Order: sequence, then structure tokens, then C-alpha cells
Amino acid sequence: MPAKLVFLGRLEDVAGTGELAVSPGPLEQVLAALDPALAVQLLGERVRMALNGALLGDTGAVVLADGDELAFLPPVSGG
Amino acid sequence: MADVRLLGEAFSAIDELAAFTAAHPEAGGLVSFLGQVRQEGGVQVVEALELRHYGAMTLPGMQTLAAATEARWALDGLLILHRYGVMLPGDPIVLVAAASRHRRDAFAAADFAMDHLKSQSWFWKREKTARGWRWIEPRPDDHRDLARW
Repeated sequence: MPAKLVFLGRLEDVAGTGELAVSPGPLEQVLAALDPALAVQLLGERVRMALNGALLGDTGAVVLADGDELAFLPPVSGG
Repeated sequence: MADVRLLGEAFSAIDELAAFTAAHPEAGGLVSFLGQVRQEGGVQVVEALELRHYGAMTLPGMQTLAAATEARWALDGLLILHRYGVMLPGDPIVLVAAASRHRRDAFAAADFAMDHLKSQSWFWKREKTARGWRWIEPRPDDHRDLARW
């Protein structure tokens, strides 16, 4: 079962899709398989990550398991 | 128990407030805030606004905010409605209402909930002008508003 990346806000435009199925594994490995221009945006310092709906504090050691959903969240812009 | 909803379709603020008021006859005061899509003139006319949300986090975050609001003030009722999707000028975006025995709790609770919805909720906004769609970045004011609490 693949893992899933979710791109929110402007990152969806950069990625050209809202969701992407990826092979599970360490985040570095997952990002290395993406378009480098997208990977750079995903690692922007203002982009936060959430794993299965929970915001991550430290993203250094993320390893995606089968069925995991990792979301990339740019700064929110309110209602 | 707060009434918290994330809506994909337009809602009637008047109907919602009538129902909320009727549900809380014990409250002596009811304060509401309605946010709507601004109608502006000039070259930067906003033709449409889109709010995107994230299923795993947006509504759960609104529910957490409602619980925090209810924990902080003595409320008889709390209503938080927020739209997502494409909206046109004049469309309602957000409706917050707080009912309490005395008015100050209701004023403060509605103000607190709005400041947090604006700056901390998981919504991403883009606007359409004559030049096309453009993503909106957070405003420094939103963070200053949060520092009030």
C-alpha cells in the first residue's frame, strides 16, 4: 500500500496535483524521487508538515509507512 | 456543546442566527460576527475568493478552538460556521456567535474565536482579479491580533 503526500494552498499549484501516491520510506528518499523544483518548495522554512493529521515538530526523522498521509502546509491565510 | 461546521455551500446567516437564538432562550446576551467577501472598486477588484481546507485538520482544529473558547468563558452556546470553496463578493465566509448569561463573556468569546480562526485555522486563500488567481499570504495584523490573548 503506498503512502500519500498532500499539497495544500499554493503548493498544490506547484505540484500540479493535490495528492500524490509515493512508495513508503524515509522522507529524504521520498523527496529525492520528486521533481527537484517541487522538493525545494516543500522544504521551504515556512512550510510545516503533518503526518496523518498531526502537526510535526521535528521533521528530521520522518519515515513514511504503508498508508501514511504526509501533508505539506504553507502559512495559512485566514478566513 | 458547540455547533461547529465546515460548509461547502452558501449559508444564510439570518437563518442560522435565528436557530441559534431559539436554541438558547436562557442566554441574556448573544454576540455574533459575520465575515463576508468584500466588494471593492478599482483595478484590483476581487471577482472571486477561494478557501481551501484540509480534511484531516481543518474541522478538527475548529473543534479544538471551540472547546478552548468554551473552557475560557461561561457560555450557554457557541456557533462557528466556516465556508470553503469558491465565493463571490457579498457571500458569507464565516459566522461566529456566542450566547451567555451576561454580555461580556459573549463579546470576548466571539472576538477570541474570530482572531484564532483568522490566524490559526487551516485555510488557504486565493483571490481572483482581472489578472487571474493569486494566493494570499498571511497578514502581520493577524498575528498581532492573536497576541491580544
